[in-house]
Amino acid sequence: MSRIASTFSTLKSANRKALIPFITAGDPAPDRTVPLMRALVAGGADILELGVPFSDPMADGPTIQRSSERALKHRVGLKDVLAMTAEFRQTDATTPVVLMGYANPIEAMGWDAFCAAAKAAGVDGVLTVDYPPEESDEFAARCAAAGLDNIYLLAPTTPEARVAAITRQARGFVYYVSLKGVTGAANLDLDEVAARVGMIRASAGLPVGVGFGISDAETARKVADVADAVVIGSRIVREIEQSAPESMLDNVRNFVAGVRAALDR
Amino acid sequence: MQMSAMASDLPDARGHFGPYGGVFVAETLMAALDELRREYEAARQDPDFQAEFRHELRHYVGRPSPIYHARRWSEKLGGAQIYLKREDLNHTGAHKINNTIGQALLARRMGKKRVIAETGAGQHGVASATVAARYGMECVVYMGADDIQRQSPNVYRMKLLGATVVGVESGSRTLKDALNEAMRDWVTNVESTFYILGTAAGPHPYPMLVRDFQCVIGEECKVQMNEMLGRQPDAVIACVGGGSNAIGIFHPYIPVEGVRLIGVEAGGHGIASGQHAAPLNAGTPGVLHGFRSYLMQDANGQVIETHSVSAGLDYPGVGPEHSYLKDIGRAEYVAINDDEALAAFHDLCRYEGIIPALESSHALAHAVKIAPDMDKDRILLVNLSGRGDKDINTVARLAGIEL
Repeated sequence: MSRIASTFSTLKSANRKALIPFITAGDPAPDRTVPLMRALVAGGADILELGVPFSDPMADGPTIQRSSERALKHRVGLKDVLAMTAEFRQTDATTPVVLMGYANPIEAMGWDAFCAAAKAAGVDGVLTVDYPPEESDEFAARCAAAGLDNIYLLAPTTPEARVAAITRQARGFVYYVSLKGVTGAANLDLDEVAARVGMIRASAGLPVGVGFGISDAETARKVADVADAVVIGSRIVREIEQSAPESMLDNVRNFVAGVRAALDR
Repeated sequence: MQMSAMASDLPDARGHFGPYGGVFVAETLMAALDELRREYEAARQDPDFQAEFRHELRHYVGRPSPIYHARRWSEKLGGAQIYLKREDLNHTGAHKINNTIGQALLARRMGKKRVIAETGAGQHGVASATVAARYGMECVVYMGADDIQRQSPNVYRMKLLGATVVGVESGSRTLKDALNEAMRDWVTNVESTFYILGTAAGPHPYPMLVRDFQCVIGEECKVQMNEMLGRQPDAVIACVGGGSNAIGIFHPYIPVEGVRLIGVEAGGHGIASGQHAAPLNAGTPGVLHGFRSYLMQDANGQVIETHSVSAGLDYPGVGPEHSYLKDIGRAEYVAINDDEALAAFHDLCRYEGIIPALESSHALAHAVKIAPDMDKDRILLVNLSGRGDKDINTVARLAGIEL
């Protein structure tokens, strides 16, 4: 069983929901990423989503755009992100790591080289925002062969028939984008999320994570009532952005712990 | 020939030109692109839509644009005869309006009341604001904060036409970032909004539909050359940024044997300097802005900043059909440096009384390079894609003159 599958199965038997925080690798500086990953786990994260910085993050709102720019000032590339994951793995053999990013850094490295290096570094899943299933069947096959879970996005605008087609190709979990917009936006409609997640669950046979626009413990709690996992990105990135260097790790851990407590309530 | 005949039938149903093109966007936009593709297929087959498009091109844009024999300049160069396709004479002063009319009619057909656009130099923004005014639509134009500084007359033009201009502060604060921001707006307002993309790039179906709307350029040329000279040119030359004016004049010529197609990229300070905007000459295939094509990128797959004296060519990618035409050898792509383009700009002013856009000056400069070695009965057809009034401040500044 993959690390992602076994994480969800353990949570399910404990009747708990997964908390998946996101940070951008290399933000605010490359040497902060592994300590931040450990702080997220200490705060109660179940799966980590690690953003691969990209010069043109088309699906991201201003907060995550800025985090990408900070990381790129340090010239953090995909190879560095894999090295950070490998370093994290030296002390944590159980928490799954999902890389989230855009197609071009992966294309520049080459599919085979990427899949081999990601597996070797201890990456568990790959979510490539601009690789819809139509453009990624070959890449998905190579991920599967390497033992990497290929995670797909589903949107409020995705028709039902397409949901079924995507979930057939998906591995690990599916990620429902909870609003029409970019990451960090503030127009979440909980009733719509509930209805859509129910439909996706019925079709998927995989856990459903929900993200985009979840910025506090209370919203996370409500989303967790209908989903298997809650993804929080921009809010944590903002915590990193606004913290003084010496209190950043504590602030991030405390924020995650607050969400964890709400989910477990 | 077999290959060229097939090449004009692309893209395939999923928007691919060989390995290029496609739909590389977040899931949130897939449904909107699918809707656009279906609506466009219907409009393409609809005689009423096509008739209205032609009517607008004739009565609002002023088409057909003439072909002009640059006789005095050809004589000075001493070789091939240079003919200019006068897209600079269109309403708003460039080829961009052909596409914005087509897309605005499509927006109206789809019941969208709000249009958005990205712009670099401001030409596509002006053309979008123009058609939004013409058809009574709300218009928001995204423009890099640095470009807003550099192109203030066009910013004011858009405002006069009733558009809202939004400065983009992220990334390199230029065209590519404006495109990112327009996509983000579209994702957020996808039900009410039509995205008028300015060049033959982006996710499918944009490269196809922009090309189709711009093909009026090449279709007219085939008729006009035949009427004027009873023959087609030896070569067609056009500048390539995203590549919409070039694909518009090239595409109808793809199956025509004996016509060389030459795309001219922005060589900036020279390819060797690294400061240029010539992905077909010095880039590698990659994925940006929803499609796969040649791209200027570093070893990590990050898109690198470009340079050109001409803001309209200052883009790190290129339309996917050009990448395909390059790979199959049907079109050739060369680069012209800033100083060569400027020299051609001044030549056309002095010898023909035409102030060309700096973008188009790149195509003119390549004619300067090859015409002298050709016989006098050879014919070069250059797409004069826009007029240069917008560039006089830039040209003056480079000469050390403050206007």
